[in-house]
Amino acid sequence: MSDEPPRLGGPLPPAALDDPHLQPYAKHPARAQAVAAIAMVIGFLGFIGFGVAYWVAASTQWEAVTLGVGLLALGFGVTAWGKYLMPQGPFVEERHDFHSTEAERDAMTAAITERGGMVVKRRKLLGGLFAVGSATMGVVLLLPLLRSLGPKPNKAGFVTDDSLFATNWVKGSKLVTVDGRQVYVNDLEVGGVLTVFPRGFEGSSPDQVILIRLAQLGPDDPPYPIAAPGHTDWGVQGYVAYSKMCTHLGCPVGLYQEQTQQLVCPCHQSIFNVNAGAIPEFGPAPRPLPQLPITVDLAGRLRSNGGFDQPVGPGFWERP
Amino acid sequence: MIDSSLRWVDDRLGIAKGGRTFLDKIFPDHWSFMLGEIALYSFVVLMVTGVFLSLYYVPSAHEIVYHGSYGPLQGQRVSEAYASSVGLSFDVRSGLLMRQAHHWAADIFLGSIAVHMARVFFTGAFRKPREFNWIVGVTMLILGIVNGFLGYSLPDDLVSGTGIRIAYSIIESIPLVGSYLAFFVFGGNYPGNGVIIPRFFIIHVLIVPLILMGLLGAHLGLLVKQKHTQFKGRGKTEHNVVGSPMFPTFMAKTTGFLFMTTAVIFLLGGFAQINPIWQFGQYEPYQISYAVQPDWYMGWLDGALRVMPSWEWVGWGHTIPLEVFLPAVIFPGLIFNILLVWPFIESRHTKDLAYHNLLDRPRDRPKRTAAGAAMLTLLGMTFFASSTDVMANFLQLPLKDVLWFFRFAIPIAPVIAYFLTFKICNEMRAAEGVGKRKRALIVSRSATGEYSTVESAPRPGDEVDELDAIPVPTFIDLVPPELATGEGVRRVMR
Repeated sequence: MSDEPPRLGGPLPPAALDDPHLQPYAKHPARAQAVAAIAMVIGFLGFIGFGVAYWVAASTQWEAVTLGVGLLALGFGVTAWGKYLMPQGPFVEERHDFHSTEAERDAMTAAITERGGMVVKRRKLLGGLFAVGSATMGVVLLLPLLRSLGPKPNKAGFVTDDSLFATNWVKGSKLVTVDGRQVYVNDLEVGGVLTVFPRGFEGSSPDQVILIRLAQLGPDDPPYPIAAPGHTDWGVQGYVAYSKMCTHLGCPVGLYQEQTQQLVCPCHQSIFNVNAGAIPEFGPAPRPLPQLPITVDLAGRLRSNGGFDQPVGPGFWERP
Repeated sequence: MIDSSLRWVDDRLGIAKGGRTFLDKIFPDHWSFMLGEIALYSFVVLMVTGVFLSLYYVPSAHEIVYHGSYGPLQGQRVSEAYASSVGLSFDVRSGLLMRQAHHWAADIFLGSIAVHMARVFFTGAFRKPREFNWIVGVTMLILGIVNGFLGYSLPDDLVSGTGIRIAYSIIESIPLVGSYLAFFVFGGNYPGNGVIIPRFFIIHVLIVPLILMGLLGAHLGLLVKQKHTQFKGRGKTEHNVVGSPMFPTFMAKTTGFLFMTTAVIFLLGGFAQINPIWQFGQYEPYQISYAVQPDWYMGWLDGALRVMPSWEWVGWGHTIPLEVFLPAVIFPGLIFNILLVWPFIESRHTKDLAYHNLLDRPRDRPKRTAAGAAMLTLLGMTFFASSTDVMANFLQLPLKDVLWFFRFAIPIAPVIAYFLTFKICNEMRAAEGVGKRKRALIVSRSATGEYSTVESAPRPGDEVDELDAIPVPTFIDLVPPELATGEGVRRVMR
């Protein structure tokens, strides 16, 4: 064997086959091998099972149990092989300093500051121009990367697509359900609630309004008194309408507790008192739900008597 | 065969020297070193199942009429994203298994990162020279959380849509630029003009995974370059690593572990229902479901939003929704920044600039351990606060009481945890032999009436013959097996 070329490798000492480090960790290697072998056979059968389960389009559970058992058993077998039957060691590896010498560090620093510094100092104009040019590039590239993504929020605006201030509610908007069905004054029982939209904007997020019937009142009765200042005539015949967007994070305030006359937001449990201008009584919501003034026309249809008097939904910087 | 092909490659790339060193790399044998492997392998499962899902999922908010095999949805108008997600569950063979395994893998991925990180933190493995790897790890955690949220949002079901709505409002809450940012991300006022699903999709399947893969390569590369840390023990010093070699022992064990991790994920995926989007229905901005919870890793943010008092600031014609901005932007920003710079905070405090390759026992660093316990308590409390409504129902308590409990507990409990942990660590350090197996004490009385105690002899099995560690042998003298005595087969590790 002396004519073999010198092997790769280092000066590591050869070991004898009976070196204790090379013996298995298992006390009874034959038993360990049997266990690992059985596990691997089960693994093999598991994968066959998965193939069959897939072929016959068996249920998800069959797919999972065959694949899972296959992976688990094969994995267990390989792990057992590695842990119990491979050289037990322990083996050691030396750490080496991976940091450079002081001289190498100095050379690197010098290369940057002196070689690099020299070319910049000699051609200050080019250095300056390159800095200005690349900084400008960085800024202008932000325009398509950022600005193209969407419209700027419109500070006033009448279109809900580009304004946080607008909704599609105007004076006279008919209240309709999400299916576009007109809501009439006799549609709700006392304690009933309904999500409504302005006609033509069914399903629109900023326009969602929750309509609640608080009392049975006739057309000649005064509007249902609620405490919000200046809003005493914003309800009609026992109906009140509020924006359904929570003032906390914009979730639909979808839970109405009839007994306590409270609207609850299921997201973070803000509670609004419907009987008192939907002021937040509890939880993180900071403001009342904006109220929509409503009225009844001669045909008994519910209509809005104007838009909201403030932006709906959660707060934002430009909100006055 | 191997020899000649290796020569062919080595002539061109010169891999043999470094490759041999790599095969000889020593992995310390300790169970806590597997936690990061769980994260790695669930990431592998995420990639494989994710590729499968991406072949069927349609990232589009375009409305179509559903004609799949799920009866209750028949003929309804739904988005293509939702229809294809339901289709994945019912009309693609193995689709439901893959979808649920993907979801479970994400939850396990982030869970194992959290536990792995706790191990690294409490044993001081982040100290010099491993600060870079700590930062890379924290960055992967943040990206993992972000990508988990994005993926959760893609099916366009009622529950995930509510999450997107909340995300919009959180972006909107940032002073000065919030409404602009929200408009840019969503392509307009909420719910935007249908761009959010394709945008989330490309970030979820391409951009974040690409960054994660790069960081993962850096994480493992740094680990190979800087070598593993190890616990103190016989023959273990700051200047060596003792354990099993990469090849073949560790490779066998870790391959098995990859299979077993995958097995658990797929068993969960097949038997533990997760995110049954067909029950939630298509997202509509005006609909909502009750007792909605995000995935577990978002719980702490949701909890923080719930307990925050309604402190909106209004003045000079502007509004700052502090009740959103503080818990959902400042709070996580603060937490992640503390995590990122922790190695530097600590080394500045301890003035310790030395290399550390040996790990600490948590009790030996009471302040760090106490700080970690306080952080975990803070995050745990905000996590539990995300189920105030469920707790109130379960405990039959008024929601108000549960909320007020958390409003006090979140600032107070971490302080208690800090001092309690600090005290426990110090007492454990003071007590001799804590953690070792107890031995009987023999009390004897001398003739003059003096009492003395002596420890009894160790029980059998308490002491083991440990071999001294040797460098990994490359050349093994192949003595004929019949000559090998088989002696020396001993248990050496506990």
